[in-house]
Amino acid sequence: MSRWRSLPEPTWARVSYPQIDFQDIYYYAAPKMNGAPKSLDEVDPAILDAYKKLGIPLREQEILAGVEPQNRVAVDAVFDSVSVVTTFRAELAKAGVIFCSISDALQEHPELVRKYIGSVVPVTDNYYATLNSAVFTDGSFVYIPKGVRCPMELSTYFRINEKNTGQFERTLIIAEEGSYVSYLEGCTAPQRDENQLHAAVVELVTMDDAEIKYSTVQNWYPGDANGRGGIYNFVTKRGDCRGKNSKISWTQVETGSAITWKYPSVILRGEGSRGEFYSIAVSNGMQQVDSGTKMIHLGKNTTSRIISKGISAGRSQNTYRGLVSAHRKATNARNFTNCDSLLIGNQCGAHTVPYIESKTSTATFEHEATTSKISEDQLFYCMQRGLTAEESTALIVNGFVKDVLQQLPMEFAVEAQKLISISLEGSVG
Amino acid sequence: MNVKVTTIRTAAEAALIERFPALKAGLPGPAAPREQAFATFMASGLPNRRVEAWKYTDLRAAMREAAPLAPKPDAAQTTVALKGNSPLAGQGAVTLSFVNGYHVGTEGTVPSGVTIVPLAEALGSGHPLLARMGTLALAQGDTALALNTAFMTDGAVIHVAAGAEVDGPIALTFVTAGPSAIATAARVLMVVEAGAKVLLVESHEGQGKLAHQTNTAVEIIAGDGADVQHVRLGLNSEGAVALSTLTADLGAATSLTSVNVALTGAMVRHQVYARFSGGDARAQINGATLLQGQQHADSTLVVEHAAEPGGESRELFRTIIDDEASGVFQGKIIVQPHAQKTDGRMASNAVLLSQGAAMYNKPELEIFADDVACAHGATCGALDDELLFYLMSRGISKAEAEALMIESFVGAAIDDIAHEAIRDVLHGLVQEWLKVRAARINAGAGV
Repeated sequence: MSRWRSLPEPTWARVSYPQIDFQDIYYYAAPKMNGAPKSLDEVDPAILDAYKKLGIPLREQEILAGVEPQNRVAVDAVFDSVSVVTTFRAELAKAGVIFCSISDALQEHPELVRKYIGSVVPVTDNYYATLNSAVFTDGSFVYIPKGVRCPMELSTYFRINEKNTGQFERTLIIAEEGSYVSYLEGCTAPQRDENQLHAAVVELVTMDDAEIKYSTVQNWYPGDANGRGGIYNFVTKRGDCRGKNSKISWTQVETGSAITWKYPSVILRGEGSRGEFYSIAVSNGMQQVDSGTKMIHLGKNTTSRIISKGISAGRSQNTYRGLVSAHRKATNARNFTNCDSLLIGNQCGAHTVPYIESKTSTATFEHEATTSKISEDQLFYCMQRGLTAEESTALIVNGFVKDVLQQLPMEFAVEAQKLISISLEGSVG
Repeated sequence: MNVKVTTIRTAAEAALIERFPALKAGLPGPAAPREQAFATFMASGLPNRRVEAWKYTDLRAAMREAAPLAPKPDAAQTTVALKGNSPLAGQGAVTLSFVNGYHVGTEGTVPSGVTIVPLAEALGSGHPLLARMGTLALAQGDTALALNTAFMTDGAVIHVAAGAEVDGPIALTFVTAGPSAIATAARVLMVVEAGAKVLLVESHEGQGKLAHQTNTAVEIIAGDGADVQHVRLGLNSEGAVALSTLTADLGAATSLTSVNVALTGAMVRHQVYARFSGGDARAQINGATLLQGQQHADSTLVVEHAAEPGGESRELFRTIIDDEASGVFQGKIIVQPHAQKTDGRMASNAVLLSQGAAMYNKPELEIFADDVACAHGATCGALDDELLFYLMSRGISKAEAEALMIESFVGAAIDDIAHEAIRDVLHGLVQEWLKVRAARINAGAGV
């Protein structure tokens, strides 16, 4: 605790960027960002608060992930931007895996952090990433050494408890040559009237033959039926396949947040590297989701696959926005994109905005998107067999998103399925 | 990044702003609509990469200088310009010829049920149909269209009477020619009354390598139950910066088929704005583009389904890109909240023939109604090796095999033209393009 407090804010910032000027420029560029300083003031008391509350949220974590700690999921819990507890550190250390909060990592492994942080998402990347780089307070750090297959699933649990706060956490995962790690991320926030800001940055780096599987179940408070309150979720997530035949896979289930703005991306730099993106975005009430991915093919023989399923209900707006691009040198790049949208109710919107840029003739890109509603026939069939309209809808929706659910680790998949049913409650009948 | 908004104009913008006051006095018709349109341009300037709709086509960079607006050609110039034989010559029941954006002559007889008035004359006399010009809200704010409205010199106002089944196509030939680069702005308004049937064919031709700046716009307003077919051929001069806009306002149960074939021009952009204002209309909008050298072609499309039942729209864009050319497809289907039962399908397929070629696809769906079936697909890649191998293993040379595949690929977009003779002419132009390509490859192989 005292160590956290002893770290002055500028130190954090300096790690990620030497040119301090950027901060001024960016703050000047968008004056509407008044949430940031407020949250910083609140960091110190928040640590104590979070510490006191520790018992309760950890139990919630167990419920959320559907697992007991004995199931050997190492957890790093982050409350209001500060990492409060990291479990199983010793056991992981035996395997050579470093899994700790990023504040500890700065103390214990400064050379690793300095080498990789900001190398995937540069400080100047975008508005919220810059804000994060300037004020990020904590997050998780994972380092998998050469040839190690991480013995357990790693998990981070984020929660925003404080009123009116912004959460700015930063996650950095490095997988050295031939290693593998599966990382889970869960997010929740209690009900509040005010809008809260969540602006995280996640950076993944894979070396030769390494693989990172990153799964997210996001269930921030989405605001009430009239759109009051809820989290603004502005996240920058990017992976960099630096080595040959490396692989990064993003899987996300987005059910919460008032506004989601999130594009987990993969830079396919290494020869033969592979990027995957599986997403389910469910929006209900007044939620707005604008999510998608970027697959940037730079190396030869790189492949990527995008499966996105959007479900909009109530008065929500759900957008898929994605970019697939092939650089001139990305010979034989291959992409397949499939984004399907399902509409429930006649006041919602589903939009698709893909960008497909090919600069080499040997690249093969395919993109397909469909939008439809739940067919009357399917509903009728289910209801005829004694299911209620709501149950039938949930069943059909779960079938619709099955491709993506299969990509999630088992505990998460069960949880995600329930979450989807819950978030669609009240959308039918 | 804090970018200060500045009012610094590029040389081309400054030239347009400087010339407009003097020009508008000499151009036909009332000045007010021109001034209004010019204000739209002033507000946005020439579109550049920062403007989302022009993300892949930087007009500001392509138009370093604004070419002077062409004066009305004299008889000698007209004769010279019309000397080159248009590939679509003789296809129209009636053909209106335009040189540098001015009407120079009409051949054939105007079919019964049709009235055609040259635009300059219509503007001068305050033709009643002009009240319907520029009324499609969907296209308002478009810079290319605004510039056309501000500078339009001539064109045609076409009226097709209710129930008229017009025999033979109405053909418009636009030729741009001159000793130096010039700018042209021609405009066509076609109002098709309820139940009428008509085919409009436009051909845009330019000679030589000069960087002419052409900007044409065709507005189609189709009454309930009308059947409108539209064919556009782009054969601009090699250096041309050619902008064209088609707007279509579709009444209930109308049918529109529009096919654009683009072959030459350094930077060409064809925009389509189609609105389903009445229920149950149907539109088939196609594009066939063949590019080589350093050419850049952009097909941008916005289709709005705004009535219930939302109707059916089909879009098929086929692009062939060789050498270091680049192609763009931007398509957007909008389904308004009440436009239930809309069925929209959009496809953009591109074949890249060389390592330096590039294709940018942006197919968008914007859907606010739930009882719809909308889909889009976009592909780009090289010709299928297996198919090539199949053909070559049967004794067909590589160049021929490629030509066969390209022809059938592009032909799919042309085949929706019902008029057989015109369809054949366009297929012929594609074959010609392929022949030139084959000759180039053979010459290269011989070296």
